[in-house]
Amino acid sequence: MREFELVIIGGGPAGMAAAIAAKKQGIDDLVIFERGDRLGGILNQCIHNGFGLHTFKEELTGPEYAERYAQQVYDLGIPYELGTMVLDITPDKQITVVSRQRGAETVRARAVILAMGCRERPRGALGIAGFRPQGVYTAGTAQKLVNCEGVVPGKEVVILGSGDIGLIMARRMTLEGAKVRAVVELMPYSSGLKRNIVQCLDDYGIPLMLSHTVIDIKGKEKLEGVWVAAVDEHNAPIEGTEEYFPCDTLLLSCGLIPENELSRSAGIELSPLTSGPSVDESLETTVEGVFACGNVLHVHDLVDFVSEESVRAGENAAEYIKGKPSSPGTPVAVKPGNGVRYTVPSRLYPESVTDCVHIRFRVTAPVKGAAIVVSCGGKELARKRGRIFVPSEMIEVILKKEQLAGLSGDIEVRTEEAAK
Amino acid sequence: MFDVLIIGAGASGCAVARELSRFRLSLCVLDRESDVCEGTTKANSAIVHAGFDALPGSLKAKLNVRGSRMMPELAKKLDFAFKNNGAFVLCFDKEQIPGLEELAQRGRLNGVEGVRVISGDEARQMEPALTDEVAAALYAPTSGIVCPFEMTLAFAENAYANGAEFRLSTCVTGIDKSDAGYVVHTDKGDIEAKVVINAAGVYADRLHAMVSSKPMNITPRRGEYMLLDKDAGGLVKHTIFQQPTKMGKGILVSPTVHGNLLLGPTAEDIEDKENTATTRSGLAEVRAKAQLSVKGIPFNKVITGFTGLRAVGDTHDFIIGECEDAKGFIDVAGIESPGLTSAPAIGEYVRDIVAGIMTLEEKPDFVDTRKGVIHFASLTREQQNELIKREPAYGSVVCRCETVTEGEILDAINRPLGATTLDGVKRRTRAGMGRCQAGFCSPKTIAMIAEKLGIGLLDVKKNGTYNKESEAADNA
Amino acid sequence: MTRELTCIGCPMGCALTVEVENNEAVSVTGNTCKIGENYARTEISAPVRAVTTTALTAEGIPVPVKTVGSVPKDKIFEVVAHIKRTTVTLPVKVGDIILDNAADTGVAVAATASMDN
Repeated sequence: MREFELVIIGGGPAGMAAAIAAKKQGIDDLVIFERGDRLGGILNQCIHNGFGLHTFKEELTGPEYAERYAQQVYDLGIPYELGTMVLDITPDKQITVVSRQRGAETVRARAVILAMGCRERPRGALGIAGFRPQGVYTAGTAQKLVNCEGVVPGKEVVILGSGDIGLIMARRMTLEGAKVRAVVELMPYSSGLKRNIVQCLDDYGIPLMLSHTVIDIKGKEKLEGVWVAAVDEHNAPIEGTEEYFPCDTLLLSCGLIPENELSRSAGIELSPLTSGPSVDESLETTVEGVFACGNVLHVHDLVDFVSEESVRAGENAAEYIKGKPSSPGTPVAVKPGNGVRYTVPSRLYPESVTDCVHIRFRVTAPVKGAAIVVSCGGKELARKRGRIFVPSEMIEVILKKEQLAGLSGDIEVRTEEAAK
Repeated sequence: MFDVLIIGAGASGCAVARELSRFRLSLCVLDRESDVCEGTTKANSAIVHAGFDALPGSLKAKLNVRGSRMMPELAKKLDFAFKNNGAFVLCFDKEQIPGLEELAQRGRLNGVEGVRVISGDEARQMEPALTDEVAAALYAPTSGIVCPFEMTLAFAENAYANGAEFRLSTCVTGIDKSDAGYVVHTDKGDIEAKVVINAAGVYADRLHAMVSSKPMNITPRRGEYMLLDKDAGGLVKHTIFQQPTKMGKGILVSPTVHGNLLLGPTAEDIEDKENTATTRSGLAEVRAKAQLSVKGIPFNKVITGFTGLRAVGDTHDFIIGECEDAKGFIDVAGIESPGLTSAPAIGEYVRDIVAGIMTLEEKPDFVDTRKGVIHFASLTREQQNELIKREPAYGSVVCRCETVTEGEILDAINRPLGATTLDGVKRRTRAGMGRCQAGFCSPKTIAMIAEKLGIGLLDVKKNGTYNKESEAADNA
Repeated sequence: MTRELTCIGCPMGCALTVEVENNEAVSVTGNTCKIGENYARTEISAPVRAVTTTALTAEGIPVPVKTVGSVPKDKIFEVVAHIKRTTVTLPVKVGDIILDNAADTGVAVAATASMDN
């Protein structure tokens, strides 16, 4: 049986950054298992720009961003195995993998970094009624077909959901000659970045229909059109507002779900709020020596934040391998309060914090003129002001080690309306 | 000229084909779709009913019980998934317990073993997820679940291996009497046969009317379903029915043989024989009624919804037999529930009818077993490695949700009666059947089908038949 | 003339009202900071965008590309059309120029991924 000090599952931006960080901390006996046929993961199909502004101070496309990290992997001599699918992880870190080259085998690891990314919510999960014809794709599947296979799945398009991939695909399909009739969004606000609404929809005159949804799908074998209706405050369609859009393609951009089937097989506790592993401040899951970072942990909007988070996972895994005790002392729970959907981490060990703690979270709905307040037992630890906080942007608050001394009770992150 | 032509490649038609392929006959199976199993057979509850439901003495009762008894051995011989998981019929009102007793008695009369009425508490002990409202239950230990796709493919492939010819993507346009039997007109030319078997599902009445003046009416009964992720499959072990009441037939909650959770169906008689669309109200009904039986159904784990059309006849029983006014034309019609369970028994029953028309001589070389697509994930480590060594494509996982390898997809495409559509690959391998519903694997699967068929990626269909565009490709 | 814009400078997405004379912004209102004003002035006088798309090899394999810098917004479709008329030969490296002057904008187009043949 092959044994490694560190196994990284996934060779996308999270896995690569984690591996590079661990290698730089002196972990030489490591390997990246990547299911695709090249490093880079989903970035390889994200050919638009907007990546790397934080990390490289320049605007890169997805493949360029991926290649910069891949180059470091090559330069540092970090071993990686492509076309290699992890089928199972046990709680004692035995990992079953399969590939053409090596067949099926079980390897053992002292530490594991989960970096499997996320997947898109499919049509069935949205409960859209109607037929099940050809022509309904998740936005990411269409992105792969267009950008990696060179085929454009349709000529007349409706997009349900205004997530960033949906917005990006509205522009992409338009540039490939398709007519995008509308982007339909259930919520009264977009779940995508504002710049994408301007650059991907407004630039091309594509209407964004907020508080609307697709209520029926027509066409038995091939998609013929969709019925769209306005929704009320309970997201129920309003009778009389139905409008028919003929189209041969319906793209779905209705949310991403961290892909944690392997985490489950390893017995890792998942957070119902993020659908990712519940982790402490070192990004260690509830199984000792197993760390998580990137979209498998919680869905990010910027890859730069994925890379930054993954460096910490890589460094912490290296510390663990070198013998730093896992989870010392008593943990303090970190909980979302008013207006906050989740926090990562969901617990922290004050004693084990070396320098500072990064708490990342999202708000539940757009809030203007509010402050983010982090408190513990009535004591305010941090306050962050902003003109506006939106669910589409992940927010970060950093707590210093000294702030964590002598805390009792849970740490709560909440939004607070500005004083009148 | 064929001895026997079977119109319809669903569970009934393929079961009949498989049974008749034992004999020295020239045999042909027709279907308008590009694959077997594209009609009622692909969208139903996938239950092997114990047989307490049908009225004693009815054809349904007889064929149900016989089919249910045949199923375990058949599943082994023909390599399809079957599980004897047992079933409950729930009642929520003590006053309706006599109705359960009646059902149990009916089961006994039909020859169903082990049926008994148990208390709500006993039922909850056996199936802890049942709601507190359950007052009593009928327990039927012989009830089972099956994969309808695999079963029908197994019948078809086995019939094919024993010499039956399949003409798919072929639509019947008319039928005329001829000296020897019948001439069946199709969009791909005429086919002549001595005996014609009408197993055309919701269209059986139309075919019947082409040869007979006796009235037959098949009403499509729409049933909507929800399928949940495998995460939710362990919620219940048994198939959970609701006792039919004045308020309606109720819906079932059941694990599937592959470990998903299935909820449904609704029951709505409609006119349109093509209307397999789900509706908002139907899905809402499934959701509401399922919760009466089982608590804690995680509706956020729904991965898809679908609709099936049951072929409901006017007689409340299966309509199987030679037409009085059209000798040599055998109807296999009105095959609603428990049609899937009955399929193998229908095969035998129709065989006997055919034997009354022509002499059936057994083939000494009939092969009564069939191997399905190898499911990589279900193999031992040694078997997996042996397979990868022989065929490296088994080392490449294409569908992550269901762990389906490139080797399995190649097998599904290349085997006899192989898949030519995404849905065809899905039914044979489960690629795309999982929680992401083909989001990740479809580009690869599309490319593999396109290569096999020699067509463009955009010409690969999700379902349905290949016509003009791809005929051009065929000729190229 | 008055034009309405949405600022893309930050998540706030201020609704900007711009007074325009001779294709110049003479006044910007609705912004809450300097970013909004600057965005509006550029957007009015000479809106530009970087373009990303794919070019194809002779075999139809897509190669991701981008304009090296921005092109006038109204030239986007011409730039894409020019890229689509260009055939790429593999292998390519990130940054390889596949087109010197896209649709007479003076802007080059470069590969954004390294691909073997």
